[in-house]
Amino acid sequence: MTPSDRDATGLLTRPDHFVQLVTPNGERRADAEFDPWVADIDTAALARLYRDMAIVRRIDTEATALQRQGELGLWPPLAGQEAAQIGSARALRADDFVFSSYREHAVAWCRGVSAADLLRVWRGSAASGWNPFEHNMAVPQIIIGAQALHAVGYAMGAAWEGTDTASISYFGDGATSEGDVNEAFVFAASFDAPVVFFCQNNQWAISEPVGLQSKQPLARRADGFGMPGIRVDGNDVLAVLAATRIALDRARRGGGPTLIEAVTYRLGPHTTADDPKRYRTDEELAEWRTRDPLTRVLTLLASTGFDTEALEREVAEEAGRVAAELRAAITTIPDPEPMTVFDHVYAEPNTHLARQRDRYARYLAMFDDEGAAASAEGAAR
Amino acid sequence: MTTLTLGKALNSGLRRALAGDDKVVLMGEDIGTLGGVFRITDGLKAEFGAHRVVDTPLSEAGIIGTAVGLAYRGFRPVVEIQFDGFVYPGFDQLVAQVAKLHYRSRGTVKMPLTIRIPFGGGIGAAEHHSESPEAYFAHTAGLRVVACSNPADAYVMIQQAIASDDPVIFLEPKRRYHVKGEVDETASLADAKPMGVASVVTAGSDVTLVTYGALVQTARDAAIAASEDGISLEVIDLRSLAPVDYATVEASVRRTGRLVIAHEAGQQGGVGAEIAASITERCFEFLEAAPVRVTGHDIPYPPAKLEKHHLPDLDRILDGVDRALGRPNSLSGVEA
Repeated sequence: MTPSDRDATGLLTRPDHFVQLVTPNGERRADAEFDPWVADIDTAALARLYRDMAIVRRIDTEATALQRQGELGLWPPLAGQEAAQIGSARALRADDFVFSSYREHAVAWCRGVSAADLLRVWRGSAASGWNPFEHNMAVPQIIIGAQALHAVGYAMGAAWEGTDTASISYFGDGATSEGDVNEAFVFAASFDAPVVFFCQNNQWAISEPVGLQSKQPLARRADGFGMPGIRVDGNDVLAVLAATRIALDRARRGGGPTLIEAVTYRLGPHTTADDPKRYRTDEELAEWRTRDPLTRVLTLLASTGFDTEALEREVAEEAGRVAAELRAAITTIPDPEPMTVFDHVYAEPNTHLARQRDRYARYLAMFDDEGAAASAEGAAR
Repeated sequence: MTTLTLGKALNSGLRRALAGDDKVVLMGEDIGTLGGVFRITDGLKAEFGAHRVVDTPLSEAGIIGTAVGLAYRGFRPVVEIQFDGFVYPGFDQLVAQVAKLHYRSRGTVKMPLTIRIPFGGGIGAAEHHSESPEAYFAHTAGLRVVACSNPADAYVMIQQAIASDDPVIFLEPKRRYHVKGEVDETASLADAKPMGVASVVTAGSDVTLVTYGALVQTARDAAIAASEDGISLEVIDLRSLAPVDYATVEASVRRTGRLVIAHEAGQQGGVGAEIAASITERCFEFLEAAPVRVTGHDIPYPPAKLEKHHLPDLDRILDGVDRALGRPNSLSGVEA
């Protein structure tokens, strides 16, 4: 029985089945349904997943430090969600398209976005950090849940063109209450859109516990919309990889959407502007720290005789290099030129904005000699 | 008199409204346990309970739509929209339902909602966190739109908005939340200036400068700077954007003959456009120059490092004043 056949039986559409392949203690747990989907993940591949998680954790730590030092305006940390993001992103093909929220830095990293491009927008230097079509990843979404519909539309288009490209939408537990997400579920199911709804249930929507958004495990909602739901340990990179591969396989074969609920935890604040001590306990945080996504992989690797000390050393060195490059790149980004505020508002020439732009150039020109040049340039453009 | 920040003044006004009418309920994201991301509702859940200060699921349409139902049931919901840019998912409920229900029900159904929206920029925020959506609402028949600019007004106006039987879009200048001022927490609401009436905050004779929200302070600073040049600015804090208190604006323009309107929102179809047109219609013969608008550009709100090139500041307002006065300015020699 191939994994696809197994999936076709519908065995994997039970949201009450909590998929966990690696326990928090680093023990490999056999799962007849999900194991075949990660049969190719040997110790070397597992070590690569660890490397990914360790590097994005370091990027995250560095970004938080940069915010504290005033180099970034804001940063939404991903700490704790490394396995959910790496496991899902590493299941994607290069031609698949990602529609994320604002916390999926690890996904962007997997899509080849440079660390500096990742941070640029949080420095307030640019409207966005990368070209979506270079990385097949949309600009991150701040409006809660809006991107779920975009992922569905993209998937509909890919299917209508006869390709087997899929899209994936990342959103959080809070977003599942928004109309856009529920409408996305309806459209995806109605059109059998090849889309994966990847919900990172990190337990908290700023100060609101997931229980305020849903009285049931979120994966169960899938049934009502007519799609399969999978509830997976979001801190288990192997289980997340398996679940996402299943969902992508279904999408590519015309089986339509899947909702994956990755049960994880936001170890840090909602953003650097948030103080989680106001709404959650130290005990809860300590409890989730025992389920760390990185530690369990190291333990599992060590149990197979893998030289984890060497791995940790190498990865720490590499992460250190990435962090240093990141710091060097981000702190040397020049401030954007004033007149660029008028760029890209429209795709076509716009007489109203051109006039306004010209007038602002003339205004700036009053202040210095260089302004005269800007004014002339402004008038020319 | 108590010295309060604008944020604390709102908190105090909300507390008094909750205490004075048990049909007043607060609803929003993170407003209960956290006290709101700006702490405007800090402590109110502990004081009044989870059924008066309600943390809601993340859905602006859900919050506003259920507030409509609560209003049908006789409640006076006070809704917090966490940031200006988050109001749009609730736009349908606001524009198609809240604004129209009194009309559609031939006056039998009142919609005494207050929709609190922290608005405007200047805090270096991420996208969708610095917007000025007031024109959409001012354009919508059935909604009242007000903006407070200082702690004393904030304290009174939030209570007046809640007491109003009409739905009120209540705009809070988020970059002024931490600015302090004197507030009389014992004053009777009955004696207070109605929220629909504008305030002349600086008296002057040469140019009328109309604004609202965070820019009121900038305008006052501009008046001080202008006075050093021998120019006398009369600054009007509009307070109510819909309806506009034209009596106050018109009386001023009849004396000065010159009008400058400043707001953070873009120019096209903005509140300034409406005021310029109305004043031109109402007292054309008193105008000695065309009304001047000093506004944000007609662009999506730019990245934080560029917002100072979007938001009107003291210099841009003074440049507009110079235009109104025919003094040398950035557009001297340029065809209007």
